[in-house]
Amino acid sequence: MDLAYSQEEESFRNEVRSFLDAKLPARIKTKMKLGKRLTKDDMVEWHAILNEQGWLATNWPSEHGGPGWTAVQKHIFDEECWSAGAPRTVPFGLNMLAPVLMKFGSEEQKAHYLPRILDGTDWWCQGYSEPGSGSDLASLRTSAVRDGDHYIVNGQKTWTTLGHFANWIFCLVRTSTEGKPQEGISFLLIDMDTPGIEVRPIILLEGEHEVNEIFFDNVKVPVGNLVGEENKGWTYAKYLLTHERTGTANVGNSNAALDKLKKIAAEQKKGGKPLSEDPFFAARMAKVEMELNALKTTNLRILAQADAGAAAGPESSMLKVKGTIVRLEINDLARRALGPYALPFSSEALEEGYNEEPVGPDYANPIAAKYFNNRKMPIFAGSNEVQRGIISKTKLGF
Amino acid sequence: MNFELNEDRTLLSDTLSRFLSDNYQIEKRHGFVMTDDRFSREMWAQFAELGMIGALFTEEFGGFGGQGADLMVVFEALGRNLVVEPFLPTLLAGSALARAGGQENLIEQVIAGEEMIALAHGEPAGRYELSHVETSATKEGDAYTISGNKAVVLGGASATHLVVSARTSGEVDAQDGISLFLVEKSDAVNVRDYGTLDGYPAAEIQLNKASATLLGGEGAGFDILEEAFAKATTAVCAEAFGAMEAAKDLTVEYMHTRKQFGVPIGKFQALNHRMADVLIELEQMRSAVINAAGNLDADRITREREVSACKHLCGTIGRQVAEESIQIHGGMGMTWEYPVGHFAKRIIMIDHLFGDTDHHLERYIELGRAA
Ligand SMILES: Cc1cc2nc3c(=O)[nH]c(=O)nc-3n(C[C@H](O)[C@H](O)[C@H](O)COP(=O)(O)OP(=O)(O)OC[C@H]3O[C@@H](n4cnc5c(N)ncnc54)[C@H](O)[C@@H]3O)c2cc1C
Repeated sequence: MDLAYSQEEESFRNEVRSFLDAKLPARIKTKMKLGKRLTKDDMVEWHAILNEQGWLATNWPSEHGGPGWTAVQKHIFDEECWSAGAPRTVPFGLNMLAPVLMKFGSEEQKAHYLPRILDGTDWWCQGYSEPGSGSDLASLRTSAVRDGDHYIVNGQKTWTTLGHFANWIFCLVRTSTEGKPQEGISFLLIDMDTPGIEVRPIILLEGEHEVNEIFFDNVKVPVGNLVGEENKGWTYAKYLLTHERTGTANVGNSNAALDKLKKIAAEQKKGGKPLSEDPFFAARMAKVEMELNALKTTNLRILAQADAGAAAGPESSMLKVKGTIVRLEINDLARRALGPYALPFSSEALEEGYNEEPVGPDYANPIAAKYFNNRKMPIFAGSNEVQRGIISKTKLGF
Repeated sequence: MNFELNEDRTLLSDTLSRFLSDNYQIEKRHGFVMTDDRFSREMWAQFAELGMIGALFTEEFGGFGGQGADLMVVFEALGRNLVVEPFLPTLLAGSALARAGGQENLIEQVIAGEEMIALAHGEPAGRYELSHVETSATKEGDAYTISGNKAVVLGGASATHLVVSARTSGEVDAQDGISLFLVEKSDAVNVRDYGTLDGYPAAEIQLNKASATLLGGEGAGFDILEEAFAKATTAVCAEAFGAMEAAKDLTVEYMHTRKQFGVPIGKFQALNHRMADVLIELEQMRSAVINAAGNLDADRITREREVSACKHLCGTIGRQVAEESIQIHGGMGMTWEYPVGHFAKRIIMIDHLFGDTDHHLERYIELGRAA
């Protein structure tokens, strides 16, 4: 056992830091710091910068253009990106579809789609959930019926994050109603410019447009867009989900959020003294810091094993549950730290160009909104209840 | 002991609840929030006509309520319907005016819906500390002028009259030396209005030598404020309770109707046991509101401890109810269109009014030492 970072790891950290210092655009950094709304252009710009460095697809093996990092290196990179105020990379192509294509896609599909994810030609979204099929995903009904060289797709997907930014969607569709529901699902790639697709916004409770409903009306999809075998999509879908969940430990994100919380608590005054010295508030901050430090180690322990080829099934569920709880606790403390200035809120002030005098401290506006927005975390990527179900089934035998 | 509401209050509760369910659907409420005023003046006039503003005041001021139990009944109904009209600012400022004396005419006009009032007390650096007043009052001859900054003044923009706290002596955090004044809007009163995250009107207010009328005597402010906040805190806890009940009802209904894996999700013990806990906590919340409302006329320490106990529990129970309601709804709970999220926002943001969970925990302990 050795908890210290090795010399190579330390110098890797320095390399990442100098890269971020030099290349993370100040404009984007400021937006992140002030919690402003990111546009698609911001995301595209940051992806391109990372790609140029060869650091966009951190989870990909080097043969496909990944940097070939160890779990510790990935962790360091993630931590440094968050603490520098870099935007999260958009995971749908990079961390969800790509692993599926690498494992189950045809050579042709790999050669075609993977480079386009890296260079930003394709911007993917995830078409799993439907109005009637959330936790019970296998009950999905969007149908794909074979018609010569095409599938004809009809149905509705929902909660599609950044669907309004995407030009491609990977979908779970029903190709058979025989046998168990899991056995009639296929994994289909759909060009969103195809006629018959309509994207409608869903506004979240704090007022943001992040997710969408997507309607499919006789959409013609070439048979070549099927990934793997027909009716085997459930296997690929589950494989994808373990990748999606592993990213939800949120360690780097929570780490940066905790740092920010500490700064706020040091600035906010209670009874003439910094809030961070208030015993009640200090106790709350200390507790979440202890949790996060343990989670960092849990995360690294699990990821180190995953590197060695171990399955990330129930472990990814554990990371997801604990990671979201810790992240949300920090959101909760941040809104508390603001006192009465958690109340004022202006949606316009989230725009980049907004330059009216802020109400209260300049960091206050997005904080309570973020607390509500992040309530999505224990719901998406399989709800925390569903994760607990997986853990008790696979680890406890219930 | 008797925990039943008397006939008058049952009537008050029924009248208001019926009026709101007929006239205050959530889509309408969203519409009011979007207007320049951020509430509906027409609704406010109707509330006045219905006697609901009068229910906040005792008979000696032309009202027909004003007791803890009246506040409880009215605000619970307001919370159940997420009413954005300025009941809370009216109660806060009105209680201070009533207690300070000499403003009977104004109170009558407020009850009639003709004038509107708000309490401008909190300040940018004051957090939740009641005695924190930097704003200062200067006396020239018989007249006072006030200068200073007031933060997150509920209903501050629509109010025709402001009750303002200012120092006539003492250090920034001293209880002594705080006085209350009546200030009418003028060029010397600079108002920046905005909405809160949960949709309620508030404002930052800058006073630049605003002319002011002293209320009560010099230095009488702290005691008056404490009593006004005791009432308003009890009221806002009742409001939160109403919102929690509404969130719970929506969630239970959803658990019965939403099906996954072929069964209503309410069948899953992982959910229904948590909702059973919510039910238990809501009983506790109701009791805490009753304890506070029933002790508003008790000696200071008893009253203030009950109020703090209630607000502390309101913060912890509120968080549990709001978060469980969203979580159990899954994606639906995260949307603007489905109402549960709006209740959750109100419940959580009430933690930021008049002292949060930790503030009242600490205060409860301190008041206990003083007892
Ligand atoms: C902001 C946001 C972004 C999203 N982005 C995407 C996206 O990009 N693509 C996509 O496909 N989907 C996306 N989702 C959808 C997400 O995956 C679903 O919301 C999630 O799977 C839950 O489904 P549901 O909302 O239908 O809730 P339901 O499945 O109806 O669940 C309701 C409640 O019941 C509980 N429950 C259900 N089954 C059980 C059980 N067996 N035992 C115990 N409790 C149970 C759930 O945990 C939840 O608390 C997103 C969701 C949100 C909120």
